Amino acid sequence: MHFANTLRVALRALRRNTLRSLLTALGMIIGVAAVITMVSIGSGAKAQVEAQVASLGQNLITVMPGSFSSGGMRGGFGSSVSLTPEDADAIAAEVANIDGLSAEVRDRNQVLANGLNWNTNVNGVGPDYPYVRNWPMESGAMFTEQDVKSLGKVCVIGKTVADQMFPNEDPVGQTLRIRNLPFRILGVLSPKGFSIFGSDEDDVVLIPYTSHMRRVSRRTSISMIRIQAADADKVAQVKQSVEDLLTQRRRGREPDFTVRTQEELASAATATAKTMTGLLAGIAGVSLIVGGIGIMNIMLVSVTERTREIGIRLAIGAHGRDVLTQFLIEAILLSSLGGLVGVAVGVGGSQALSSYNGWPVLVPTTWIFISVAGSALVGIISGFYPAYKAAQLDPIDALRYE
Amino acid sequence: MSPVVKIQDLHKIYESGEVPVHAVRGVSLEIQRGEFIALMGASGSGKSTLMNMLGCLDRPTRGTYELDGINIDDLDRNELADLRNQKLGFVFQGFNLLARTTALENVELPMLYGRHRKFSMDKIRERAMHCLEIVGLANRFDHFPNQLSGGQQQRVAIARGLVNEPQVLLADEPTGNLDSKTSVEVMGVFQKLNDQGITIVMVTHELDIAKYCRRNLILRDGVVVRDELVADGTIAEEEMQRIKAAEAAAKLTLQAKSEA
Repeated sequence: MHFANTLRVALRALRRNTLRSLLTALGMIIGVAAVITMVSIGSGAKAQVEAQVASLGQNLITVMPGSFSSGGMRGGFGSSVSLTPEDADAIAAEVANIDGLSAEVRDRNQVLANGLNWNTNVNGVGPDYPYVRNWPMESGAMFTEQDVKSLGKVCVIGKTVADQMFPNEDPVGQTLRIRNLPFRILGVLSPKGFSIFGSDEDDVVLIPYTSHMRRVSRRTSISMIRIQAADADKVAQVKQSVEDLLTQRRRGREPDFTVRTQEELASAATATAKTMTGLLAGIAGVSLIVGGIGIMNIMLVSVTERTREIGIRLAIGAHGRDVLTQFLIEAILLSSLGGLVGVAVGVGGSQALSSYNGWPVLVPTTWIFISVAGSALVGIISGFYPAYKAAQLDPIDALRYE
Repeated sequence: MSPVVKIQDLHKIYESGEVPVHAVRGVSLEIQRGEFIALMGASGSGKSTLMNMLGCLDRPTRGTYELDGINIDDLDRNELADLRNQKLGFVFQGFNLLARTTALENVELPMLYGRHRKFSMDKIRERAMHCLEIVGLANRFDHFPNQLSGGQQQRVAIARGLVNEPQVLLADEPTGNLDSKTSVEVMGVFQKLNDQGITIVMVTHELDIAKYCRRNLILRDGVVVRDELVADGTIAEEEMQRIKAAEAAAKLTLQAKSEA
C-alpha cells in the first residue's frame, strides 16, 4: 500500500477514537511538559549562577598569598605576608596579555561621615579595580594612578555605604573619615548585589592600596592580586606566566602563593546547578517513560479490541506490513503530537512559573528538539510490539474474534 | 471459456485439537463466470471451511485450487492478500464494517489496500460512490454503520465487496443476521448484480434463500452430496411485491379491526 494511504488509514483510526487518542496523548503531553518545565527551571538557575560568577569579572585570575607557617603551625591560605605591591607591579610590567590588574588589601574599619558611623569593608585597590571587577561607577569617577602613587586620601564608596552614610544627599565631594583621616569621596559604585558567597558586595569603601597600607592598616603585604586576561583563551597562559614570574621572584624559596582562575571558582558554583538540572531532568525523564508505557498499554489493548477490524483489513487485502505500519504510525502520531503539545504546555508552564514565582526560567531550544524527538522515539519503541502482534494475526481467527 | 474457480480433490484437516478434524474430504468443483451458487449444508458439513479456502483466507491441506487461472498453492501470505484484494469480494454474516467509519470510507477501504493500481483520492471516492449507488445507498454515504439498518449495512458491505471489480463475490451467510424482509432486499441486490454478470458464491443454510440462486451445492460431512440447478428460482422483486401486498393487507385488516 502507498504510504499516503496508510497514513490516511491511521489518521481515520485515531479520529474514530478521539477521546482515547487524547487520553493516550495526555501521558506524553504531561511527560514532555514536565521535562521542558524542569529543564527550564534548572537551566534558569544555572544561568543565574553563571551570571553571578560573571559578575566577579571576566577572565579573572587571582593571586593569593600562600600559607604562613611558624613552628609547625600552618596559617592557611592568605595568612602569609609574602605578597607585595612589587609583585603586582612586576606582573603588570612583565606578563603579556593582561587587560587589567589590581592589587588588593582587605580590612574592616569603622567609618564616619555626616555625623553617622558605619562598620564596613575598607579595601585598598588599584585604579583598574572597577574594570577588572566589571563594576561600573554610578556617579563620579574612580581614583587614578596618580592617587595611588601619591598615597592620596581619596575614596570611592559602594551603594550600601552611600545609602547608610548619606541617606539624603549626594556623597560625591563629601568627606569620609577612616581612622580619623579624611578621605574625599570621588565616586559611588553602581549596585552589584550579593556575591555568590552571600555577602553584600556594595558594603564597601575603596581607597588606593598604597594609602591603605601606609595610612590605614599599616601592612607591608597585600591580600590578593586580581588580574584580567585579555581573553578567555589566554587565561591559562597568563596563569602560567604569573606563576613562573612569582616563582622566579622567590629565588628558590618555597612558592608561597596560589594562583586561581575564575573557571575553577565557577565550576564549583555551577556544579550545584548542574546537579539540580540533572536531578530534575531525571524525574521528568521518568514521567516520559511512564507516558511511553501508557502508549504501549493502550496500543496493546487496542490491538486486542480491534482484532476484528484487523481481520477485516487482512481479509480485504492488507499485507501484514500494512497493519504493522498503520499501528506504528498511530503510536508515533500519538506520541509526537503529544510531544508537541507537551512542549507548548511546558514552555507556557515555565513562563507562568517565572512570572508567578519570579524564578529565573530559561527554555533551552535543544531540549525542545530532544523531547520532541524523544517522544517520537518512545512512540516507535512502545508502538512496535503491539503493531507486530497485530500484523501476525491470522485473518480467519481475527474475523471470528468476538 | 475457462472456469473462474477450479477445485480438484480439495481436503482440509485441522490438526489443532487432540483428534485431527477432517473438515473437507475431497471436493472437486468448477465455477463458470456469471454463476450464482449457494453452498448449503448443516453446521459441521464443511461449508464454511470450503468458503474460507475459496476466499484464499485458508490453505487446503491437499488438492489444488485455481482462481482465475492462478494456482494459490504457489503464493505466499502477501500474494494471497493481493489476490483477495484484486479478485475477490467478501460479504460476511456479521457485516464486518469498521465501526465509527462512514459508509463511504468503508467502501473505499479495499482500494486503499490495492497495490495493482494507483488511484487518486478523488478517483477512489468517485468509485466508492458509484458502488454505493449500485446498492442504492448513495444518499447514506456519510452515515456511520450504527446509523444504518442491518439490511443497509449489508448493502454497504456488498458495495465494499464490489469496489475492486472482483472475479467472484463471496458471501458467507449474508442473510444470517437479517429478518426475512431485509433478506429479500439483500438477495435482490445479489440477483441484480448477477444479472450484470458478476459471479457470486454464497453460503447459507436456509432453503428459501438458496432458491434465489441458480445452482445449489449441498455438502454433508465434507463432501458434495448434491449439485443441481435451481428449477423454480425465486425472483426477489416478485417476492418483495408479495411481501408488500401482504403487509398492506395486514394493515387494512388492522385498520378494519380498530374501526370495528
